[in-house]
Amino acid sequence: MLVEEIMNTDVVTLSPTASIREALHLLQKHRIRHIPIVDDDNYVVGIVSDRDVRDASPSILDKDSDQHVLDNEIQTIMSHPVVTVHPLDFVEEIARIFYDEEFASVPVVQNHKLVGIVTEKDMLYTLIQLTGTHVQGSQIEVKVPHVPGMIPKVTSIFGERNTNIISVLVYPYQNDPNYKILVFRIQTMNPNPIVQDLRAAGYELMWPNNIPEPKI
Amino acid sequence: MTCKSSFVYSDALLDYHFHSDHPFNQKRVLLTKELLESTEQLHQDEMITPRKATEQELALFHDHAYIDAVKNASNGTLPIEKGLEFGLGTEDTPIFPGMHDAASYLVGGTLTAVESVLEDKTEHSLHLGGGLHHGFKRKASGFCIYNDGAVAIKYIRKQYDLKVLYVDTDAHHGDGVQWAFYDDPNVCTFSIHETGRYLFPGTGNVNERGIKEGHGYSFNLPIDAFTQDESFLHIFEFAFKEIVASFKPDVIVTQNGADAHVLDPLTHLCATMKIYERIPQLAHELAHQYCNGRWIALGGGGYDIWRVVPRAWGQVWNVMKTGSPVKGDIPVDWINKWQPETKVTLPSYWHDDESIIPNIPRKSEITDKNEKVLMNLLKYTRSST
Repeated sequence: MLVEEIMNTDVVTLSPTASIREALHLLQKHRIRHIPIVDDDNYVVGIVSDRDVRDASPSILDKDSDQHVLDNEIQTIMSHPVVTVHPLDFVEEIARIFYDEEFASVPVVQNHKLVGIVTEKDMLYTLIQLTGTHVQGSQIEVKVPHVPGMIPKVTSIFGERNTNIISVLVYPYQNDPNYKILVFRIQTMNPNPIVQDLRAAGYELMWPNNIPEPKI
Repeated sequence: MTCKSSFVYSDALLDYHFHSDHPFNQKRVLLTKELLESTEQLHQDEMITPRKATEQELALFHDHAYIDAVKNASNGTLPIEKGLEFGLGTEDTPIFPGMHDAASYLVGGTLTAVESVLEDKTEHSLHLGGGLHHGFKRKASGFCIYNDGAVAIKYIRKQYDLKVLYVDTDAHHGDGVQWAFYDDPNVCTFSIHETGRYLFPGTGNVNERGIKEGHGYSFNLPIDAFTQDESFLHIFEFAFKEIVASFKPDVIVTQNGADAHVLDPLTHLCATMKIYERIPQLAHELAHQYCNGRWIALGGGGYDIWRVVPRAWGQVWNVMKTGSPVKGDIPVDWINKWQPETKVTLPSYWHDDESIIPNIPRKSEITDKNEKVLMNLLKYTRSST
């Protein structure tokens, strides 16, 4: 999956000479947490977060505070240089940036110009799509040896039962490198025939599993 | 206490039949009716015949394109690819001849029940052929073709302009009905179900609370797999009472799926007949307290059609009619008539023997987890009362 498929192209920006007050206003108005700072050519020269702006604002507990600090230019508090990504980067790759750098958003830049932004929230939404939990389905977890050809063998059982697969995830099995857990979400309300077929074919199921008697 | 109630029944309801190996089997309705007749709880003058819903009525909720697809599927003229687009011809909802008529009767039965109550012919009405809560606007799913509950509630809104509380105790999330009224503040939906972590459909999280005007009118109580009677009843009763007190409905529609029972082959909940005695009692009591008695009860899921469903659904009628569940023996003539048709042993009593209750090692954790979900569910409702 490419960044351009999940990025938000409607980006709220400010120029470096805008005031901190304007930034505060935009953050509240649009309920966002990051504003890329761009120059006249739409080059990203910095970024501010809601925390940067709050740090630069007077305390709400201080009634007689000097509100003039909000007139300072945003470039005095912005972070730079900015880590950016490209629309053709993989979502999986930029997940690494979010994790390692502890960012909550990254601007997307093409030919040096700002074209979009990806936030932590977009990443989590994408993750939900990958798990398939947003659509109707039943979940089955199969423990398999970590050798070639296991997925086709298991999925052929779904195919024989004419059941659509919504999503497939492959997890490690605890710390044992010799096994993998295959997690399927399948489009049926009655997974029992498939569960029986899988058991008959000798697969160990992690779910459904520890169901007490007299359940199947 | 005896309440005037009607029981919607006709053999036409049994035509909703996918194929002999399919878990959804409407013989349940016949088994329940005969059990009640043998118990002398149900008499001819209490039964009313379902009408067939018109296409205009189906279109109160469903798309015309979808209704046309079902009609074409009925006479074998729907191309396979086209069918799959509408969820027709899948393992869950296979195509069968006459499916449009059969499904229209189920919807019509629910409309008949609605009319019985809202035209003041009876205080309560029961339609066990209905409760097909997974049907979507333009998609069949989870054994459901048309969503009779959604159509009927649209019908109540249009014809009578009443505030409707829909209570769904099926072990699966009542998703089709929830999404149908997700933005409607005049229809409150409340579903208790096994968490969607493993079980179909997967939705029904506590944070699905409705959108726009309807925010705060959608309630979901997803409970852990292996939940047993005490925890189920405690949180259900608590939530039901809070919700009905804050919403103040004009009429209550219940979906009485009977698949949370430990013997049900499709779900992982571990309830017994105790919950099926108490659930209708609560609905009955609250309908009298808040809605002048107006209560329409529907069927739903339930896949142990011999040992569980006839008793569970029978108790809905017993409570509806007399205010309390029947206790004691199952009539011998009913057992003798049906035992030859099944390999499982038919139950001898209305209640369950304790020996069927499994030992659940994580019981206290499950109870604790369910309590937390309850508090989360009611965190806005309670602060406002």
